[in-house]
Amino acid sequence: MKIIVAIKQVPERDAQVRIDASGKWIDEADLQFALNESDAYALEEALQLKEKHGGEVIVLSAGPERIGQTIREALAKGADRAINIACDDLGSRDALGVARLLAAAAKQESPDLLLTGLQSEDLGLGQTGVILAELLGLPHASLILHVEKTDAGLNVKRELEEGWFQQIEMPLPAVLTIQSGGNKLRYATLMGIKRAKMKEVRQVSASELGVDATPVVMLDRVTLPQKQKSTQILPGSPKEAAAALVEKLKFEVRVL
Amino acid sequence: MSGILVVIEQRDGRIARISWEGVAAAQRLAAQTGDAISAVVIGSNTENLAAEVATRPIAKVIRVEHPLLAHYTADGFTLALQQLLQTEGPAYAVLPHTYQVRDYAPALAARLGEVLISDVVDIGDGPVFTRQLMQGRLNGVYKHSGNGACLVSVQAGAFRVEASDAAATSAAISVFTPTIDAAQIRTKPGEPFRGSSQTVDLGSAQLIVSVGRGIKEAENLPLVQDLATALGAELAASRPICDNGWLPMERQVGSSGQTVAPKLYLAVGISGAIQHLVGMKGSQCIVAINKDADAPIFEVADYGIVGDLFEVVPELTAAIKAARQ
Repeated sequence: MKIIVAIKQVPERDAQVRIDASGKWIDEADLQFALNESDAYALEEALQLKEKHGGEVIVLSAGPERIGQTIREALAKGADRAINIACDDLGSRDALGVARLLAAAAKQESPDLLLTGLQSEDLGLGQTGVILAELLGLPHASLILHVEKTDAGLNVKRELEEGWFQQIEMPLPAVLTIQSGGNKLRYATLMGIKRAKMKEVRQVSASELGVDATPVVMLDRVTLPQKQKSTQILPGSPKEAAAALVEKLKFEVRVL
Repeated sequence: MSGILVVIEQRDGRIARISWEGVAAAQRLAAQTGDAISAVVIGSNTENLAAEVATRPIAKVIRVEHPLLAHYTADGFTLALQQLLQTEGPAYAVLPHTYQVRDYAPALAARLGEVLISDVVDIGDGPVFTRQLMQGRLNGVYKHSGNGACLVSVQAGAFRVEASDAAATSAAISVFTPTIDAAQIRTKPGEPFRGSSQTVDLGSAQLIVSVGRGIKEAENLPLVQDLATALGAELAASRPICDNGWLPMERQVGSSGQTVAPKLYLAVGISGAIQHLVGMKGSQCIVAINKDADAPIFEVADYGIVGDLFEVVPELTAAIKAARQ
């Protein structure tokens, strides 16, 4: 099976994010970036499918120069090669604009399966995979925890709300968005890191893909959320704060 | 282009609560645009659903009816709604941000050359649409441009349904029959089933201690278990803890796990991504212990301790044990 995994580089989970001077995005100056978590699960699913059924895993990502680091990490974990869409104006494109870039690059490869994480940790749109399927004219399923190859195509386990699940049968080629938690993630081995340096990373510029970049939906400004409750922060040393909380639990919340 | 279409979602023939919140969001929108609101029910036997929806203060109800819409498929719903939107030509379509909508609405929007503004929590003058960024640490304010329909999905719990929302007279009901061929539906969905047997009913627990990523290692869990035991509370967790297999999935609180509303919800090392908050924000009292003062969990907490959980939790456990003696 030829599998493409679309991955995204996002600010590290614990990063302190601040609104930038323009008020339209975050200050990226001192940020560390990492592979989006559900994309890591998509990559893991692809690698396991390849181990079972053979084939090839290609990672695909779009963004500025810094995404090269994340692509190398994916190669170190076992992907065979990569396509890096150089694009410095990713933030000004909407979900459709970004998906058009990825679809144009993916189409050239005619994959059997296209995987991506269900949602990014920065924008949280949760749309890229589903739009990719639409643009490529392929069937899709989202929030997938488990993928099984069958004679007719795929049998996938989809997560529903509140602890319910569903099996879905579908033909190949197809697009799946992967939910976190379905597999155990692997780490890159030392050998993997060495090998990654030799693997092919094909550079494509956004302009040569020739897709429409005009956005329909625009992020106008970034703001701080308003508090829904007035939180009483209990100050002091851990011991003092703990004692203050016990008082509250006893006399205000009345659970002690 | 005029009018607001609200897509109503059903589960087993019952209207999901979030659908009424979608109607509330449409009303908010209508207050500034003056558009009439039409509700849309989708399925193969929607007569009763439509009658129920028609009691709300809306202009009309459209039954999108087809035998191939009896069970949800992304292909079927995308086709049906694409045809409806092209016929009706609404200025806005409001959908509930459910797992089902997330599965088809991005494709529906793309087919129309549009982009869904997903998981909206507020609608402001313009209109502009607010949605969360960076796992709830920031908000983004979005605008739609162009002449096509603006598609919006609304987050559960973000728009309040007023008790006075019933209308004096029932809205008119019409039927729309889309053209769908069986061959156009490429996926075959199975019957929904429950995961592992649910032996833990967090929903009825009065006290819950819940642990998140801040605990760092499975070996550190006894720290939080001790706190739960001292309090006489059930132990719960956010998704990453269950994803890692450190606690069973049945102890997960959030959109993909259980929804809880205990007297006390004590969140330890949980940052408070929206997927978690929707499962616990109905708790009577929320206490958060987190080292990051900017963590979104503090936006919903009644009491907070900003500090290292590895220092705070043992002190708290000891203080609770002392208070219990």
